[in-house]
Amino acid sequence: MSTTNNAYLIRGARPLGTEASDILVQDGKIAALGADAATHAAAADATLIEAAGQIALPGMVDIHTHLREPGREDAETVETGTRAAALGGFTAVHAMANSNPVADTAGVVEQVWSLGRRSGWVDVRPVGAVTVGLSGEQMSEIGAMADSRAQVRVFSDDGICVFDPLIMRRALEYVKAFDGVVAQHAQEPRLTEGAQMNEGEVSAVLGLAGWPAVAEESIIARDVLLAEHVGSRLHVCHVSTAGSVEIIRWAKSRGVNVTAEVTPHHLLLTDELVKSYDPVYKVNPPLRAEADVMALRAGLADGTIDVIGTDHAPHPSEAKECEWAAAAMGMTGLETALSVVQHTMIETGLITWADFARITSSAPAAIGRVEDQGRELAVGEPANITLVDAEARWVVDPVAMATKGRNSPFKGLELPGKVTTVFFHGHPTVLGGELNTPRITEAA
Amino acid sequence: MKHLLSTVDLSRADAIRILDIAEEMAAVGTREVKKLPALRGRTVVNLFFEDSTRTRISFEAAAKRLSADVINFSAKGSSVSKGESLKDTAQTLQAIGADAVVIRHGASGAPARLAATDWIDAPVVNAGDGTHEHPTQALLDAFTLRAHWSRVRGEASLGADLSGMKVAIVGDILHSRVARSNLWLLRTLGAEVTMVAPPTLLPHGSSAWPCTISYDLDATLATGVDAVMMLRVQGERMHDSFFPNTREYSRLWGFDDARLAALDAQPGTETIIMHPGPMNRGLEISSAAADSPRSTVLAQVANGVAVRMAVLYLLLSGDQQRPAGL
Repeated sequence: MSTTNNAYLIRGARPLGTEASDILVQDGKIAALGADAATHAAAADATLIEAAGQIALPGMVDIHTHLREPGREDAETVETGTRAAALGGFTAVHAMANSNPVADTAGVVEQVWSLGRRSGWVDVRPVGAVTVGLSGEQMSEIGAMADSRAQVRVFSDDGICVFDPLIMRRALEYVKAFDGVVAQHAQEPRLTEGAQMNEGEVSAVLGLAGWPAVAEESIIARDVLLAEHVGSRLHVCHVSTAGSVEIIRWAKSRGVNVTAEVTPHHLLLTDELVKSYDPVYKVNPPLRAEADVMALRAGLADGTIDVIGTDHAPHPSEAKECEWAAAAMGMTGLETALSVVQHTMIETGLITWADFARITSSAPAAIGRVEDQGRELAVGEPANITLVDAEARWVVDPVAMATKGRNSPFKGLELPGKVTTVFFHGHPTVLGGELNTPRITEAA
Repeated sequence: MKHLLSTVDLSRADAIRILDIAEEMAAVGTREVKKLPALRGRTVVNLFFEDSTRTRISFEAAAKRLSADVINFSAKGSSVSKGESLKDTAQTLQAIGADAVVIRHGASGAPARLAATDWIDAPVVNAGDGTHEHPTQALLDAFTLRAHWSRVRGEASLGADLSGMKVAIVGDILHSRVARSNLWLLRTLGAEVTMVAPPTLLPHGSSAWPCTISYDLDATLATGVDAVMMLRVQGERMHDSFFPNTREYSRLWGFDDARLAALDAQPGTETIIMHPGPMNRGLEISSAAADSPRSTVLAQVANGVAVRMAVLYLLLSGDQQRPAGL
């Protein structure tokens, strides 16, 4: 689709689910809203986007994505992962550091950043490793990564817990110099040796080694106390238990500078699914019990949990076509996140679309210090806009997805909400529910 | 019944049917010619990813007594360390023309994966998977218990269940597929089960199980049980701090000479002592207990062949008629 004046007039969409309001996009910015949009000088030659009844949202920002490149291009590449992100309604993703080589130097994070620029589907914000090689021993070059072109602000050894309390303390302190945040994968390693699934009544029957809630909660408790002590910013990845929600709620009430994320799959699925021994349900942290799911929803609704993080973790099919213990952990999530959150949080009445915009856009952008994302839908702001047909329903088919990963735990499930259109800095990356064209920028 | 994967979803009717047919199969084992033509021309593959000579030869004897051809496929070590995936192995067996697969695997749920996927069409028999289940062991234990219970009560065993029977299962419940399979099956058949173990060797979540949990073997034995099933304990567990050392374990949770004497001193008790083997004599069971008249260890082995004949017969013949020659 081309346009003579690089302008788009979105007709009839409802910003954050409120009253319908036209939106005029021009040269990467929101040029006009409401009645002004159609009468704006650029409107006459603008490309029309009919969006009557659709919800207009600020482009979604994922704080937790695995793009696998460099190193595991068989599982995903920056290109395929960001195509999936765009289709899912995202305009920015944070690419986790557990690539090969690990993103623990300025060179690797700049490589990932420039691959993202070249692809042009979303902003790719690399996450830097906290420690060299994710080994938990020696701090990686946090300053160099922060000062690189990738402008890294989020540091994480995700997949592995920064277990050593002294290393964690030092990392929390050190990132302050760069306005950074440590995103912790909270998992006490000794309590989870060989762990295969949530420890509880289901694991007792299935004979699979348990991953106890206390292994997550004890690290979060320690880390919020450390963050308080050194006055640093802490982000807790993929919170999965009711006890973790309570600890974070307590920490916030004390004024600790902590944020937390929850994955869509932990908002919907429980460890009952593991009874099938189908490794598509194998993930870390594991699927928990119903009471945990309800506590996570409540925590997300009351602001204890700040953001949705997909923990999109694509794997090649052979990593899941095997016995449970041999299978890789992880699930895809970019192309189902919006629908699962709509299903679990909006259709249940727990949150509004305005809340949705906060937990999927403004809050994650703030945590990652992504300046031109997560902004209001207001005149003069960057035009990162996602349009959703909230009335649509669709059946999840992993084979039809843009991600290379076929490991979606939502396969066959009917979910609400379809992303129809995505504007990424004023360029339509998604139109009619399908990929359009990437946004071409000057040479990366 | 297409597969035998676990006892947790085995109905009472199917369980009793297996036990009843096993009784008829047991009679074959006492004949001079211990063979039936029932599965002639059928191929049973014993797919063993873990070493288990006892279970493998029991299945082998069972299949051969039914005239099936037997292929022993020993894939020692995990599929990952071996390089070939479970999927490829299963598809290979499918191509070879296996009519039934008996699988022993170190990973819980591996037999369930074979059954749920399209890798292979043949019926799958779980011969022990990780710390999940070992259903034929539970069936042979139930067979042994039923024979004892009917003898004690002077009633016919055919068609009977285990109603009113009290069974204690003692030892490393956490790592035991035998304990899990027995719990579900014995409950289905109406027995009362008490699990006796140090708290470290009970799974988190077992408080929801339909059984009594006890940390005190003597107190459990004093209540009067009809059978006590001792589980094998690996001495190496002490290195993971499950218990301080083997002596303390043996003193508190082993069936030693003193406990045998105390049992013998209870008037009129006909309690049997069971063990799935292989035994650690002197650890979870003393030699005097293992060799006492109360011990059913060898009867269990013999019953294992009969029960596995019944299972293979039911899965492969698919009909309800009795095998010819009985």
